[in-house]
Amino acid sequence: MMSMPKIAVIGDRDSILGFKAVGVTTFPVTGPEQAKAVLRTIAGDETYGVVFITEQAAAAAQEAVDEFQQQTTPILVPIPSSQGSLGLGMERIRRNVEKAVGADILFGKEGR
Amino acid sequence: MEIRVNPTRMELNRLKARLAMAVRGHKLLKDKRDELMRQFLVLVKENKKLREEVEERLARSFQKFMLARAVMSAEAVEEAIMFPQVQLEVQLDVQNIMSVHTPKLSWQQVGEASDSIYPYGFAETSGELDDSINTLSELLPRLLELAEVEKSVNLLADEIERTRRRVNALEHVMIPELERTVRYITMKLDESERANLTRLMKVKDIVRAKGI
Repeated sequence: MMSMPKIAVIGDRDSILGFKAVGVTTFPVTGPEQAKAVLRTIAGDETYGVVFITEQAAAAAQEAVDEFQQQTTPILVPIPSSQGSLGLGMERIRRNVEKAVGADILFGKEGR
Repeated sequence: MEIRVNPTRMELNRLKARLAMAVRGHKLLKDKRDELMRQFLVLVKENKKLREEVEERLARSFQKFMLARAVMSAEAVEEAIMFPQVQLEVQLDVQNIMSVHTPKLSWQQVGEASDSIYPYGFAETSGELDDSINTLSELLPRLLELAEVEKSVNLLADEIERTRRRVNALEHVMIPELERTVRYITMKLDESERANLTRLMKVKDIVRAKGI
């Protein structure tokens, strides 16, 4: 479609530093406000096709994430940070299933 | 509950045509929903598997990175990876699943065609750093795959919900209402037909009674 989009990652410094080495643009953020601001900037920017965000940052900037999600591109994907996973990504899959099927059929066995 | 209509033959024909259309639309939408659901279930299973794998591998990569941070000073680590050797560029295409536009990603590495992915020499860095970066760069394609699948799942879920709403609206509101109205008009017409008939018979009786 457009000229080659790039990949970005948002999160705390420790978690995303490694991504820099493999050629991903990094946006270190420290607080919720900063995370929101960065998300909004990227949302309006055509340069990025895929944006990874640590679950910690995503949880802190929930509204901005929801807004972001309305758009088709860039694609926003939560990933666990160096402090571990909050289960946010899995939760998102579960919500999708529930929305589409009307009941949770994938994660049902794991006791909820 | 029926829509207020004139009980005329013309109105009846119009409504019948609408009903037929609604039934046909309902069937089509139901088919669409079923097929979407099938595609969705395949994708969502893949999504779950992919995410589990990615999360696990990412955790491992972070662990290694932490180790690297432990043996090297923070400045050294940052300095080492300051200038990435490779730049990953993705190509974003659109794929059409049942008229839902889902993203399709392909990617390629750009950068100097050196045989090393490490943006630094080996002299001042520790093996742990190499290790963590290696894991991460192996993981990146899987991460992109995850992005693609997850977004598709998300879009499909939205579309399924929309389609289901429409199916339900047709099935439980539109079609019954149209059927009721058609029945109402038919009965009204029959009734006036009968009234007409009795009137005729009555008139005939009167004419006959008056004598020929």
